[in-house]
Amino acid sequence: MRLAPRTLALVAVLALLAAVPPVAAAFGQPFYLDLFRRIMIFAIAATSLNLILGYGGMVSFGHAAYLGVGAYAVGVLAHHGITNGFVQWALAIGGSALVALVIGAVSIRTSGIYFIMITLAFTQMLYYLGVSIEEYGGDDGMRVKTLSQFPGLLDLADPAAFYYLVLALLVAVLWVSGRLVRSRFGMVIRAAKSNEARTRAIGFSPYPYRLVAFVVAGAICGLAGALLVNHTAYLTPEFMNWTRSGELMFMVILGGTATAAGPLFGAAALLLLEDLLQGWSLLPQWVRDYWQLYLGVILVLVVLFARRGLAGLLPGGPNGDD
Amino acid sequence: MTEPLLAARGLRKSFGAVAATDGVDLEVFEGETHAIIGPNGAGKTTLISQLSGRLRPDLGRILFAGEEITALPEPARARKGLARSFQVTSIYREFTALDNVALAVQAHAGHSFRFWRDARRERELREPARAVLEEVGLGDRADVLAANLAHGEQRQLEIAMALATRPRLLLLDEPVAGMGVEESQRMVKFLATLKGRMTMILVEHDMDAVFTLADRISVLVYGRVIATGRPEEIRANPEVRAAYLGEDEAC
Repeated sequence: MRLAPRTLALVAVLALLAAVPPVAAAFGQPFYLDLFRRIMIFAIAATSLNLILGYGGMVSFGHAAYLGVGAYAVGVLAHHGITNGFVQWALAIGGSALVALVIGAVSIRTSGIYFIMITLAFTQMLYYLGVSIEEYGGDDGMRVKTLSQFPGLLDLADPAAFYYLVLALLVAVLWVSGRLVRSRFGMVIRAAKSNEARTRAIGFSPYPYRLVAFVVAGAICGLAGALLVNHTAYLTPEFMNWTRSGELMFMVILGGTATAAGPLFGAAALLLLEDLLQGWSLLPQWVRDYWQLYLGVILVLVVLFARRGLAGLLPGGPNGDD
Repeated sequence: MTEPLLAARGLRKSFGAVAATDGVDLEVFEGETHAIIGPNGAGKTTLISQLSGRLRPDLGRILFAGEEITALPEPARARKGLARSFQVTSIYREFTALDNVALAVQAHAGHSFRFWRDARRERELREPARAVLEEVGLGDRADVLAANLAHGEQRQLEIAMALATRPRLLLLDEPVAGMGVEESQRMVKFLATLKGRMTMILVEHDMDAVFTLADRISVLVYGRVIATGRPEEIRANPEVRAAYLGEDEAC
């Protein structure tokens, strides 16, 4: 089987990610472990967003909601002394799916700008809910003293073990998402994005398929939220801030919508650029002080000159689903 | 007398003050090719859209195979066997021709909550799709992206998608619109091969196509059917000639 260059690039990036822990350890730079683990967690979240935004044409401007629900599921249970990882993560995934079901059931009835606004509004509600609950730290958030426990299996306090768990989950999510978009189900949501009138005319009602896609995306993003709160060991409503939803959207668009590799490439590009512009000592101080400005310029250029995103620079397979 | 396959009774649809469909009665019988003609703005596409379920009539009823379908949404009507082509070509441009038709097959192969198997490797979708492509003469274009097909081929593809749903009634909204002479002759020839085994409603401006294909013709003017009959009756009808066919038409 011949792989498309885009798929090869994805495999190569995953292989490089697998090499990060030993290399970082050899150079005594554990910070990079942290950075790349963060990138992979966001890549999982962005991959889930890509399912609905890229393949399904549903431009959700509220995807951070599920990062938040996943994170709160873990943080709140931990706060009350329930630290079993399976329980926490099951609640993170199930809770996110349920929230996505409610938000999706309402918002998928709309389209275009209304869909964007409704998904944003729901997420703002959850954000302010998080801000208002003093028990869990209000808008300051709270430290998560005990990470999710997987006794006898894995210790998340071991940075390399946690790192490889995130990598394995990223690979699994990429695989599942690749299967989904190629299945009958995936063909329906892609068809409905491509031409809704035609899709209805041949006999599909897009709504239930879109809703299921929305719920699956929410559930996967909830898992990313559970990972994120363990990664930061800190629970904060900022996970649900609308700017976070914007960042996730940007990762997908920057990396290339409706491509398997896009969300990972986008997450890596955005977070590495952020890190580089803020912290790279070779850059003059005036760049580092106003790094957001330069980041913005670079992003605008990429969107202008690489319209199909970073993954779009490489040829994909013939079916358009790589 | 047999029951009509499709019957419209007193259909009305207004957009603001304009009655685009103003009390239309229409009967289409099994196996018949029924053309609907009329000048621009007569409400032909509005009528087709109400039959297909894309628009809901303000008043009146639509019966299909003896069953009331007036309130049935478009996808459900499609699953009952009402297939349509659009006046402006409506296909999945970023999918291949074969994918386009396979999707139409899939729409009629039960629910699509199947999440794991690669739909492009399912023979029960691909084989019927390929057969329909062969039938419309696009067999060797199966793997071409729909966007890259010539205009005439895209129209053929649209017909293929409609046929792949195994419809009982085909609603064709100007199937030869925008086609060159040769392309449109090929399309008419192909539609002629469907005649008799497929019930068709044909909305068309091209009078050659209409008089070649139609068993019966209904003439729509300002949202009303002013005449229905066999082609030679319509040709001879003075009211139709005055309202529509005009002086310059070679009849």
